[in-house]
Amino acid sequence: MDIFLQQVVSGIATGGIYGSLALALVMIYQATDVVNYAQGEMAMFSTYLAWSMINAGLPYWVTFFATLAAAFVGGILLERIVIRPVENAPILTIVIVCIGLLVIFNSVAGWIYTYTQKPFPSPFPNRPIKIGNVIFGAHDVGAITVTLIVLLLLYVFFRYTTLGLAMRAAAQNPVSSRLCGIRVGWMLALGWGLAGLVGAVAGMMVAPVVFLDPNMMGGILIYAFASATLGGFTSPGGAVVGGVIVGVAENLVGTYVRFIGTELKLTVALAIILIVLMVKPSGLFGRPAVHRV
Amino acid sequence: MTRPQTTDAPALAASSPAARAAFGFWRIVGFVVLFAVALALPFLLSNFRLFQFTLVFVYAIALLGLNILTGYNGQISLGHAAFYAVGAYTTAIMIDKWDVHYALTIPVAGVLCLVAGFLFGIPALRLEGLYLALATFALSLAVPQILKYFEHWTGGSQGIVLSKPAPPLGLPLTPDQWLYVFSLAILVILFVLATNLLAGRTGRAIVAIRDNPIAAQAMGIHTALYKSLVFGVSAAYTGVAGALSAITIAFVAPDAFNVFLSITFLVGIVVGGLASISGAIFGAFFIQFVPNWAQDISKAAPWAIYGIFLIVFMYVMPRGIAGTIRLAWARLGRRLL
Amino acid sequence: MSTRSLTLALALLAGLAMAAAPALAQTPGVTATEIKIGNTNPYSGPASAYGTIGKVISAYVKKVNDEGGVNGRKINFVTLDDGYSPPKTVEMVRRLVEQDQVALVFQTLGTPTNSAIHKYMNQQKVPHLFVATGATKWGDPKNFPWTMGWQPNYQAEGHIYAQYALKNVKDPKIGILYQNDDYGKDYVKGLKDGLGEAGRKLIVMEQTYEVTDPTIDSQIVNLKNSGANVFFNVTIPKFAVQAIKKSHDIGWKPVHLLNQVSASVGVVMRPAGAEASRDIVSTQYLKDPTDPEWDNDAAMKDWRAFMAKYYPEGNTKDAFNVYGYLVTQTLVHVIKQAGNDLSRANIMKQAANIKDLSLPLLLPGIKINTSPTDFYPIEQEQLIRFDGEKWVRFGELYDASKK
Repeated sequence: MDIFLQQVVSGIATGGIYGSLALALVMIYQATDVVNYAQGEMAMFSTYLAWSMINAGLPYWVTFFATLAAAFVGGILLERIVIRPVENAPILTIVIVCIGLLVIFNSVAGWIYTYTQKPFPSPFPNRPIKIGNVIFGAHDVGAITVTLIVLLLLYVFFRYTTLGLAMRAAAQNPVSSRLCGIRVGWMLALGWGLAGLVGAVAGMMVAPVVFLDPNMMGGILIYAFASATLGGFTSPGGAVVGGVIVGVAENLVGTYVRFIGTELKLTVALAIILIVLMVKPSGLFGRPAVHRV
Repeated sequence: MTRPQTTDAPALAASSPAARAAFGFWRIVGFVVLFAVALALPFLLSNFRLFQFTLVFVYAIALLGLNILTGYNGQISLGHAAFYAVGAYTTAIMIDKWDVHYALTIPVAGVLCLVAGFLFGIPALRLEGLYLALATFALSLAVPQILKYFEHWTGGSQGIVLSKPAPPLGLPLTPDQWLYVFSLAILVILFVLATNLLAGRTGRAIVAIRDNPIAAQAMGIHTALYKSLVFGVSAAYTGVAGALSAITIAFVAPDAFNVFLSITFLVGIVVGGLASISGAIFGAFFIQFVPNWAQDISKAAPWAIYGIFLIVFMYVMPRGIAGTIRLAWARLGRRLL
Repeated sequence: MSTRSLTLALALLAGLAMAAAPALAQTPGVTATEIKIGNTNPYSGPASAYGTIGKVISAYVKKVNDEGGVNGRKINFVTLDDGYSPPKTVEMVRRLVEQDQVALVFQTLGTPTNSAIHKYMNQQKVPHLFVATGATKWGDPKNFPWTMGWQPNYQAEGHIYAQYALKNVKDPKIGILYQNDDYGKDYVKGLKDGLGEAGRKLIVMEQTYEVTDPTIDSQIVNLKNSGANVFFNVTIPKFAVQAIKKSHDIGWKPVHLLNQVSASVGVVMRPAGAEASRDIVSTQYLKDPTDPEWDNDAAMKDWRAFMAKYYPEGNTKDAFNVYGYLVTQTLVHVIKQAGNDLSRANIMKQAANIKDLSLPLLLPGIKINTSPTDFYPIEQEQLIRFDGEKWVRFGELYDASKK
């Protein structure tokens, strides 16, 4: 029983990592209908900015919020400058532009900061917490808490503020929104800004665990996609829950299904995704897209 | 929110029938000239350049496969590296374990991938757009792990080493020249087949499914069957490309067939031009040579240069190279004729 | 233009092309003033952390050139990015050999990447020297006389750990964590061969991970649960830190045998914490720049000066930068030994004729030796144990050649 609980707890911790990046992915998709392949690299780059600030001597929480601000502004600028020229192009063109961004961020980060991994500090104490026979790290708990706080804040923003409503409107029906006086272009930019911000949080929570290097988000992005797919791209909460499910399932399968073991862990995670997609294509918590025919 | 489907149909429709006929004629002339040049190259270029051009042909076949599925039929796939890998490993295992002649492995790889693609296409029917992209993404991710797992067949992470085939019948060609000609021949055959497939009723049905699936169904097109078949054909083309790549590079290893390769293929068809056969060749040149040029330009951050290239390309030619040529021609035609 | 004139024109072109083909140089890549050397390295992609090796080699070459070159010739070091992708490696190496006409190819990095060009290099008879991988198959002069490794191979190292476990642990139950690729599997093969038939039964659990996995916590938990009291840790630095930390956090204290790749004080041991990393055993053959033992060592001071002047953006905590420095010194030694005969055949002959080369950044007592039947330049390794602050050498110098 102990090992089961321990693996579940580890899975939740890892799943929290996936879920936080998945949240950023879902955010951009909800606001702009685009799956941003560069999301992971943007998060990584923001984390490097944070690293530079910490290295220059700034205290952690000052750096944290400064990085969030920088990521927010950066996201807005990216949308207005890089994405705007192709806003009305076919969707695949935009995907290619995002891939271009991915490659640029990765390469520039490697060029400025080199590819050697760097340790990144965690704001939470290093002590392990022990409950019964199950042990988990304070950082893991802290990281998941932060992700949940972000999720809550986003929920409140979208549900109860005028700006949030405007953003939702712009995403669902840009033509009517324009008629209502909503600046649709700026709503898209805001969506990117928020996603950049959420990504930066994810990056700073993840880096203490996996160490900071330009390729840090590559593997996580994959799991983030899986989590968002599982949870449903139309549901931010679903993305986080999806992440936890993927993390836990991965660990449990790796532990208990002998012939698969750890060599096919990723494959199993993906197989789960595929099966869910077959049964409920819009994800566990997503709303199926309704088209007018 | 759904994005409106934009196609080139309106622009082209605006040109006159005479312009379209003239475009068709000059296109054939263009292909013939290109073919003649391509045949002359083995005697003009170094072995190394021929090797690079052979890779271009291989990519072109793979890109054509992906384009049939994504460009013409509207099913986005980020998983074609999987079929490429299946083709490559089919060839590698057949040559390495059973001493099969390399030329025979190619149709086998094609048929195997046709079946695999068709089988994958069936459950894929349930998925649209983004979710199909993600499902195929997942497929592509799983492939290196699966290849490493079945170590006994695939050689695991060590890979399988092959020998480059010698020219048959004692022809006075170097192995590189022979592979070039061999790949070119297969390319031409597959391209002609694709042109025929896409030109007639089948082609129109395939495109109709992309543009308006419900209307297509209402008109009596069996969308489910067509979509699965197109997946199969697309996979077959990519599988043949994979088989050829294994013979050309004479080596296969699991980590070479990763998600980045799938993404590279997608970049290739968008840059080359969606829903265009010649686009596959333009795209293949791009994905083969532009990373090398980027490296020559900047040692420090070559992929940043590549990324900038990509973005600028999409600004200037959002329809890809072939698409832009087509549009330009249509506009020119309207003015002249 | 008629078909006949077209054919004529083409034939003429072909004839011109063949006539213009340059006569094959006797010593490709070599002129009176320079020797051209080719290399591929992963400057991008998943293995880009190793790209620093290519950069430190370039830096050292610049230093050598500034000091007059080798026997009056400057080294023209051409290094290309292969992104750790074997097809790209094949293309880049073909470019180096066929287009750039390099004299030799040096320190190409990675096992699958080198496997892809292994046959080609030997068919083309181009020296394929000091490849940057510890796989065992590069030391095979009978079948591949043009290929040679450099660092102690992984299987030999695995042997050492197996022997250590059998000799020093009562009733050993062995758990292994390894990276699911050729590097990991090569080590495990060495471990298993070293354990022998009977010893193999002592392995109670094997766990793997992929480079793309974010954490390996789950694997560590499983290993502890298997009751293992010996831990073969075959992980790269990023995961080694996690493994050491997590084992400590969940209260698992096995005899911890860490692979040499991750035996860096600054990158692994210190971030993992002194408490967690105490008593870990590993092997080493070069001087770790983050080990306080070498703070006042003359050779280390020279190296730091070199890094400050020629590779200031390089990380002075990264042992890869010592590795690259050492391997380039070995190459320079070979070129110097070849004198004025820099034909490929002679370069290979000299590479297979290194006698007792002692480089100051290698651990004391370790010498480089090759012969026409011995293509393993470094075969000696030293067992080391971490005392919480630095590595302490203990026991004798293991010499795999004396087996």
